[in-house]
Amino acid sequence: MDILVIVEQTGGKLNRVSWETLAGAQAIAAETGGAVEAAVLGSGISSVAAEVAAKKVARVFALESPQLAAYTPDAFAAALQQFLSDKKPKLVLMPHTYQVRDFAPKLATALGRALISDVIGYKKDGDRLLFTRQMFQGKFAADVSFAGEPPHFVTFQTGAFRGDQAQAGASAAPIETVTIEVPAAALRNKPQEAFKEAKQAVDLTQAGIIVAVGRGIKEQKNIELAQQLAQALGGELAASRPICDSGWLPMDRQIGSSGQTVAPKLYLALGISGAIQHIVGMKGSRTIIAINKDAEAPIFEIADYGVAANLFDVVPPLIEEIKKAKAGA
Amino acid sequence: MKILVCMKQVPQKDAPLKLNEAGTWIREDLSYEVNEPDAYALEEALRQKEKHGGEVVVITAGPARAQQVLREGLAKGADRAIHLEDAAFVGLDAFNTARAFAAAIQDEPFDLIFTGLQSDDYGYAQTGVILAELLGWPHATIIMQIEKSDSGGASSSIRVKRELEAGFFQYVDLPLPAVLTIQSGINKLRYATLIGIKQAKNKPMRKVAMAEVQSAVGPNQQKIERLYIPQKTKKTEMLEGSPGEIAKKLVDKLRNEVRVL
Repeated sequence: MDILVIVEQTGGKLNRVSWETLAGAQAIAAETGGAVEAAVLGSGISSVAAEVAAKKVARVFALESPQLAAYTPDAFAAALQQFLSDKKPKLVLMPHTYQVRDFAPKLATALGRALISDVIGYKKDGDRLLFTRQMFQGKFAADVSFAGEPPHFVTFQTGAFRGDQAQAGASAAPIETVTIEVPAAALRNKPQEAFKEAKQAVDLTQAGIIVAVGRGIKEQKNIELAQQLAQALGGELAASRPICDSGWLPMDRQIGSSGQTVAPKLYLALGISGAIQHIVGMKGSRTIIAINKDAEAPIFEIADYGVAANLFDVVPPLIEEIKKAKAGA
Repeated sequence: MKILVCMKQVPQKDAPLKLNEAGTWIREDLSYEVNEPDAYALEEALRQKEKHGGEVVVITAGPARAQQVLREGLAKGADRAIHLEDAAFVGLDAFNTARAFAAAIQDEPFDLIFTGLQSDDYGYAQTGVILAELLGWPHATIIMQIEKSDSGGASSSIRVKRELEAGFFQYVDLPLPAVLTIQSGINKLRYATLIGIKQAKNKPMRKVAMAEVQSAVGPNQQKIERLYIPQKTKKTEMLEGSPGEIAKKLVDKLRNEVRVL
């Protein structure tokens, strides 16, 4: 086996980010000449397996067990350890989801292998592959190689590849059901049902204009300035995680991997450095304007318009100019 | 409850980073601070101790400068510290870092090990989970709350609230001993007091040399071939001038390009 993609499903529904991983696998296979196979874990997953089999893959393995119905790291790692020891793939690709983060390091360790996590791309370097990942909160990128034996484990950051570019197959790929035995006693974690907190007061995903603040806002009382800018533009106020962690804005206004993912017409980032966890939640915005005093901040990598200046100097006149423009319009 | 908190020293958030000559790592003559998620892990450990009693031990791996994160931990209320002291620890991958930690604590019976959910430098988000697997313990990641803990002898267990994606959460019960990776924002961080800083000087600090854990550490299984400033994927137009001029230019873009005015 060359490349194995482990797709993610919950309750018989495929997590769409799996298509991104599959697109990445297909791109690597096209360059290295290997075959791509896919595996899905769970209980009652035949329809998910069929959905994946419609894509351009050599085979889909459905790892079925009642013990895989609810996710636990013990069951997932044990099932995949059995499966991979048998199939011996060279490369195992997974999406960098919270679930994968929870079991993949355990799985790789159980097999004595390495996991290059949160990868954003790859490069072919002679006979080997280098995997690119962000370092120091996105200020640098690193090309990383595997030094040990395969299987080599890689997780892809959300957005690293385009899910809509996962190629369909000419005909449906064969599906092989693999029955996995995991003794119930081996499952130490007892998970309860997933739930949502009291419903979100604001749905930022519907906002056309978002003004977001980060650490550069310095103090809670300065949030007012960003609020005035949001009001002048007729937009919603949002924030990066540290601002919500500090309690300066409620958690339901958080943008990023642990908050909401948005794609407004305009995203105006004030004092946001652009850590990866924030970027994944807003990089789909139509236009990004960033104001940050640090000209080297990673947010400028993805901004359409950048202002490398103190936001406290720029925002007050900006609010006045916007008000003037609106009054004149 | 005996809790170990894994802490890491990382470059300060605003510190300007420069590449070394080989282009494989950063130049290390800069300011450092505690990895922020680890500060939340420490705070949670201190709160657990205040509720249930016991001991909080902080551990780190790195050169002499890394001792500062342990001093801060002790000043905030940790009881003692373990310092795996060698510059070579900085270059270990997550697998080897976890193996070094496991070797350093093999004679110490902990009930819980906390780590931050990831580091601000490498950002692997792996070391805690690997450590659990090496110790043969269960783990839970991205913890938002520790609901209860029954330290009732052999059947000790803990209930934690995990953060899932898309605004979902989940309670999980797991037996002790266990490893938890703590999400930032789980609590409010305390400041060290003057008395705490003073007392920290007299708290025990065990030094572990690389030689003591060398047999547990193997060659790195992943290697950074090159570190570099990321290429821009977008062409950013930088707007310059006085604040007033910038404001006018921005409004022009908002009206004519973005078309939101």
